[in-house]
Amino acid sequence: MTAAPRATVTRVAVLVVAALVLLGGSLGYVLRAGQRGGHRVVAADASFTLDEPGLYYRDAASGRVARASGPAGGPSCDRFHAAGEHALCLRALPGTPARTEAVVYDRHFRAIRTVTVPGIPNRARVSASGQLLSWTTFAVGDSYAVSGFSTRTSILDLRTGYLVKSVETIPLTVDGARYHAPDVNYWGVSFAADDNRFYATVSTGGRTHLVEGDLAAWSARTLRENVECPSLSPDGSRIAFKKKVSADPAAPWRLYLLDLADLREHPLAETRSVDDQAVWLDGATLAYALPAGTSGVSDLWTVPADGSGAPVLLARGASSPVGIPAPPPP
Amino acid sequence: MMYLATTGRRSDPSSRPAGVGRRVPGTVVALGAVSLVTDVSSEMVTAVLPLYLVLGLGLSPLQFGFLDGMFNGATALVRLLGGRIADRGGGRHRTVAGAGYLLSALSRLGLLLAGGAAGGIAAALAADRLGKGVRTAPRDAMISLSAPPEALGRAFGVHRAMDTTGALLGPLVALAVLGATADAYDAVFVVSFAVGLLGVLVLVLFVPGGAAGPPAVAQPVRPARTTGRRVPGRRAPGDPAFRRVVAAATLLGAATIGDSFLYLLLQRGLGLAPALFPLLPLGAAACYLLLAVPAGRIADRIGRRTPFLYGHGALLLAYLALLVPVGPATAGLVLVLLGAFYAATDGVLMALAGPALPARGRAGGLAVLQTGQALARLVGAAGFGAAWTWWGARPALAVAAVALAAGLAAARRVLPDGRPS
Repeated sequence: MTAAPRATVTRVAVLVVAALVLLGGSLGYVLRAGQRGGHRVVAADASFTLDEPGLYYRDAASGRVARASGPAGGPSCDRFHAAGEHALCLRALPGTPARTEAVVYDRHFRAIRTVTVPGIPNRARVSASGQLLSWTTFAVGDSYAVSGFSTRTSILDLRTGYLVKSVETIPLTVDGARYHAPDVNYWGVSFAADDNRFYATVSTGGRTHLVEGDLAAWSARTLRENVECPSLSPDGSRIAFKKKVSADPAAPWRLYLLDLADLREHPLAETRSVDDQAVWLDGATLAYALPAGTSGVSDLWTVPADGSGAPVLLARGASSPVGIPAPPPP
Repeated sequence: MMYLATTGRRSDPSSRPAGVGRRVPGTVVALGAVSLVTDVSSEMVTAVLPLYLVLGLGLSPLQFGFLDGMFNGATALVRLLGGRIADRGGGRHRTVAGAGYLLSALSRLGLLLAGGAAGGIAAALAADRLGKGVRTAPRDAMISLSAPPEALGRAFGVHRAMDTTGALLGPLVALAVLGATADAYDAVFVVSFAVGLLGVLVLVLFVPGGAAGPPAVAQPVRPARTTGRRVPGRRAPGDPAFRRVVAAATLLGAATIGDSFLYLLLQRGLGLAPALFPLLPLGAAACYLLLAVPAGRIADRIGRRTPFLYGHGALLLAYLALLVPVGPATAGLVLVLLGAFYAATDGVLMALAGPALPARGRAGGLAVLQTGQALARLVGAAGFGAAWTWWGARPALAVAAVALAAGLAAARRVLPDGRPS
């Protein structure tokens, strides 16, 4: 019976050696990965402002906001939007569970308000005046379904400083009846010019709806099914959105346009699956991101809003497009 | 792990030879260590996977949901298959379980090598699920075969406590790695792979290969398989006592509403900041961890049927506590009750069912039981979600409480007495 203890000693020795090798190797990898330095958060260069009109976007190579055909001199952002007096930058904070920092900048990229929310950056929108801001994050962990994410959408009113942490609390009317459900999720807000009404996606029971909300009255009602990431045209008459057209997870969506006057919709000329909240560059042109060859990198494309024409490449290695008009004369 | 050496006071020492049941068998401790290490490995990936896929790779949540949910149905099938193969004898329990652990460990390399390719990621996640599905039933069969029948409750309690410890440590390790590397997900996968391999190694080195080989670790009790009182054969699920256990577990599973709903109700009741939300499952897991061994010992002393039923009683109390407005005290109570529920039902159920199965049909039988319970819980959660949508949270919860009470009354009649003879 002396063999058994000796065998045990051997086994323990093997385990200890293996543990040292495996954990030592892991430690080495972690240390080397630490030296690599990951993505560093950079503030905007002093000279970088929104005063010059033109196309702005997030540059994939640097992770910073850039002006088209210029260096990426803006702050590091994962999502970006700007209008009127303000810009909104969503930044994923390091570590887990996922948290997002939403930073409100003025036109010279001075931070005037920072809000930290749970989840992964997803959508960012600023109203035309720049006074209302909204962002959506994918929150991990508060969905009852194991698979799938829940979203969390916040609205910040800079006129009052009031922050709605989660739009989920808004009384919702679905098809004319007051609606309660645990799985209500909002995402992709788009503000109207009156700085009060807004459009967004609400999802519940496995379906998505276009929802019209009223901030002052604090109520919302659904208008139409199968509408995601609405983007209201500058004149407030049309909504560009992504419509789920296929059960294929590789290509589920297509860009559509909805006329609010008669609620008629038509597809746009872009036939590839777009997972983005499109942006109106002017009253007739939409810009959106599409995945590029490399993972995590996208290109920007444009397509006419009336359903005619064909997609045109706008910028390589870019996302979160926004057209900044010339500032009004003082 | 420290209580393992000191634990062992039994209620009735006179009826059994001295030394028997005084210690948790080495195989069970080894399997617990394997689960602990493996859970560190898998939970650290689970913690960062959504971030990696959505932020790192730009996958849409819809795609993530698809990847995540795609294999749930297949897992059930694989689990049944794993159980059957393991039952073919010749010490296959360890081989099948080991293959499962190895596959899950290798899947981390798959995640690393897949880069951004969705197909590669899907394959890696599938391999992980496959491994998890395959190993569970043979592992529980090994636990039930290596501990004496009268000490099964404690053996499973020890295993589940170690398992939960790993699950609690995993996210912390991931957090440390991400913190040290400025969010290098690949480093998390590499560490997870190494830790997973270590788990496989512990299994290979310290878990004996079954009846075919000599008992590798000094053990007070020989595996029960060699002394199985029932006629060996693979007619496992046909045993009436076992069928009753499956019926009761499935019935009660269908009457549970899903933990996430409980957490959601707690969060809303407390107005808890979403950033603090992860603390809720953590609190319940900590209670589970602390109560698993005592619950197992009680089950050994008074029979497993009673703790199993009382555990569901604790869950019923948690539902009732949530029916009144939630304060911090009720929230704490709900978490303790939820932890007690798992402590008194999860490992105890295996200890209840194990002896009702012939040694050679045990893994297959346990796989049937686990699959039935998991599917029933899925149905229960879906039903509760629908009820919430139709009636609102509180009426739905009241209905769930009534359903669980009814399920308990029925299970009380159906369940055989699991007291060791």
